[in-house]
Amino acid sequence: MSEESPANRAITSLADMKEYRGMLSWITSVDHKQIGILYIVSAFVFFLVGLGLALAMRIQLMVPVSHFMSPGAYNQIFTMHGTTMVFLMAMPLLFGFSVYFVPLMIGARDMAFPRLNALGYWLYLFGALMMYFSFVAGGAPDAGWFSYAPLTEKGYSSSPGIDYWALSLLVMGAGSVATGINLIVTVLTLRAPGMTLTRTPLFIWMIFFNAFLVILSLPALNAALVMILADRQLNAHFFSPAHGGSALLWQNYFWLFGHPEVYILVLPAFGVISEVIPVFSRKVIYGYGFLAASTIAIAFLSYGVWIHHMFATGMSYVILYVFAGSSMLIAIPTGIKIFNWIATMWGGSIRFTTAMLFATAFQIQFTVGGLSGVAFAAIPIDWQLTDSYFVVAHIHYVLLGGTLFAMFAGTYYWFPKVTGRLLSEKIGKLHFWLMVLGFNGTFFGMHWLGIAGMPRRAYTYLDRPPLGTLHLISSLFAFVLALAILVFLWNVARSLLKGEVAGDNPWGGWTLEWATTSPPPVENFDRVPSVRGRRPLWDLAHKTEGGQP
Amino acid sequence: MYWEGRVLISNNLQMHGKTCLVHNSTACAPALFDVLTEDTQGQPRMKLQDTSVFDANSPQARAILHLFYFDLAISAVIFLTVASLVLYAVIRFRQRPGEGEPFQDPGNPKLETLWTVIPALILLALLVATAYTMRVVNPPVIRSDPNVAVIAHQWWWEYRYPHSGVLTANELHMPLGKKWLLRLESADVIHDFWVPGLGAKVDAIPGHPNYLWLTPSKTGVYLGTCAEFCGEEHALMGIRVIVQSSEEFEAWQQSQLRVPAKPTGVEAERGARLFEERTCMNCHTIADTKARGTVGPDLTHVGDRQTLGSGAIPNTLDQLTKWIMDPQKIKPGCNMPSLKLTESQAHDIAVYLEALK
Repeated sequence: MSEESPANRAITSLADMKEYRGMLSWITSVDHKQIGILYIVSAFVFFLVGLGLALAMRIQLMVPVSHFMSPGAYNQIFTMHGTTMVFLMAMPLLFGFSVYFVPLMIGARDMAFPRLNALGYWLYLFGALMMYFSFVAGGAPDAGWFSYAPLTEKGYSSSPGIDYWALSLLVMGAGSVATGINLIVTVLTLRAPGMTLTRTPLFIWMIFFNAFLVILSLPALNAALVMILADRQLNAHFFSPAHGGSALLWQNYFWLFGHPEVYILVLPAFGVISEVIPVFSRKVIYGYGFLAASTIAIAFLSYGVWIHHMFATGMSYVILYVFAGSSMLIAIPTGIKIFNWIATMWGGSIRFTTAMLFATAFQIQFTVGGLSGVAFAAIPIDWQLTDSYFVVAHIHYVLLGGTLFAMFAGTYYWFPKVTGRLLSEKIGKLHFWLMVLGFNGTFFGMHWLGIAGMPRRAYTYLDRPPLGTLHLISSLFAFVLALAILVFLWNVARSLLKGEVAGDNPWGGWTLEWATTSPPPVENFDRVPSVRGRRPLWDLAHKTEGGQP
Repeated sequence: MYWEGRVLISNNLQMHGKTCLVHNSTACAPALFDVLTEDTQGQPRMKLQDTSVFDANSPQARAILHLFYFDLAISAVIFLTVASLVLYAVIRFRQRPGEGEPFQDPGNPKLETLWTVIPALILLALLVATAYTMRVVNPPVIRSDPNVAVIAHQWWWEYRYPHSGVLTANELHMPLGKKWLLRLESADVIHDFWVPGLGAKVDAIPGHPNYLWLTPSKTGVYLGTCAEFCGEEHALMGIRVIVQSSEEFEAWQQSQLRVPAKPTGVEAERGARLFEERTCMNCHTIADTKARGTVGPDLTHVGDRQTLGSGAIPNTLDQLTKWIMDPQKIKPGCNMPSLKLTESQAHDIAVYLEALK
């Protein structure tokens, strides 16, 4: 295509795009690609902040009875770490990838509602800044990222931190729902001619169902946030048992949102993996139907498992049995995916680029996180290990070893498309190995910490073997993890300054985003290629007429 | 029940959740006190049990451990399967120079059904084992006549024995080999009672009492902790369970029912006067004195306890003096304020309290 339009030929990096020059073009933009980049860059900035908070915690816990920081400071820091990583980093990162790539992969010019798209981003940024403003406005929130009532009631938490927390999440929640609706409408109405729903890339399937999760689960959180604000500001008593409220009500609302939220953070990662593995194995995805159907199963079941966060709250046996069963059931569609990805690699011709390395490590690490998750579905084990470091290990294997590794796979895969420049594979591999080492070194020992009786969210611990040794090891490896991120930053900076020109399709990808220039022009496509199968560019190269799926 | 009124009173107390960002680094470190159980004078030498899920010392904890072994075995098999398949694919199917395009295999519904059904069967087995173990570990409570009521406070534990009327704090005494029912309540926010060596954890939720069965099968001291984040001093809300033979437990219970002897000696008498003159008795109770406060732990037999501040420091004269002078240095954010006492005043009060056995 670039050969046909000489004007495009000169564009080999974002800096060459005259439409994107100047601050004003970014602030006023309704271009899904600019908004996508804004999301991803903001998410990464908050990732660095969240990482800094994590390192502060790891310094505090390096030795028993440490006096590096006060309990109050520690409690604010672990709360902001969790809140930042879930709401200010992971969700916007996934939204960034979604709004950038959904229109490109379905052959559309933009999102269905470009202005709503911009509103979603700016609401997120405003909410995020408001959350951090709490540090200078009387104290950051300090009740954990799921802020259990009644600890968040005015009587127990008099600083305004919880108010900031609730208001910020409400603002961001409104933006998320808007973006969710936008993604659904975009996928339903703007697909290129010939692209039926069953021909859409799996990434689109995952994002599509993810958007349903977003719009159906966030209202539960928003309702709970309004209630806690009413309790704190208007002397209501939703969560105050002394006045007829319920101390457990919050947990039901929060996890009715919170468990689908976990899948909101994981499904897009599944989507990325389902794109990266076939391209670098040079094989069609194995079992498209099973992968798509299992996503629907996960989305549906994710609304029926929330009590497994509350097994220690004293539920009736009937409830416990039902939720133990449903929690185990949801492991099945997830397991299917792992086997389908392995089967895609099987018999392939695998190129171990950095993206593929991250996708491979994802499969193994996510399996560890999935298996520790199954342990929590076996209720008596949950009774021992919930709220311990075993949970901390579990969530980090799922969200860091899983989601974040997948998003790095996606970053190495799509960075050349977004910027027009390749990331260095050499530095990328250094980044990858440091990250594998740092991540597993930091978090694997936490399983053992939990088994040894270490509760989560404790600002200190007494000198009782093996706690000190395990914490020290974890802390040291956390710095390796941080170093890996610095190497990644170096790679990005180097690539933006003098990276190798990527060309339209450096990896031999098959989906529509590779049919346009890198970076794509404002209107995305000069002409959308005809879609007759699931891999339009494969069909083009092999002149197949939809014969190959 | 008779103790419920007290919980209601505590419920209405407003806690001061101040956040202290500057931490005094001269704080007295509660390090290494665990050795203490071996040599505290007047205490029987008791073995400190390992605090680990793997060191199960009750039928309940053992049932959980067996389920955990079963789960670990399943997990190991699945993990090794996935990891070796991935590793094999990584090595065997690496691109080789000059290699053509691989066969485009779109899937095999039979094979995929197989790897849906096999995990389903494995999980079904785990579900059955789960349901069975639940009944062993914590069967539903039909009679709600607990042997001990555990009342969680920010940030300490209150224990009431309704059958004998004993009331104590932070250190739970239990007889060996008896199946006991614990009733968990909270006076403020949600806490969680967790002693890994003895079994399951259960939340202590205000307005929502929970129950836990425990049958300790070995004497010794078991450490536990509050496991649900409950505010500033969540980390220093330790639990000590002292499992004794039935005779020792009975003797302990009798000693707890006796009113301690009046203080003797100049220091102790001065300490007793100071305890009443200063604000101590607004929050604490000492039987047979004017002190009837119910905010903090009952101190009637405080001299008997192994630790102070819910496991934060060992119970020695020296440590208690430091605690009385400034508890905020030892447990920043706790609800006991600094009383601005001189060291000798604090010492006198400590002498008085240490004699309360």
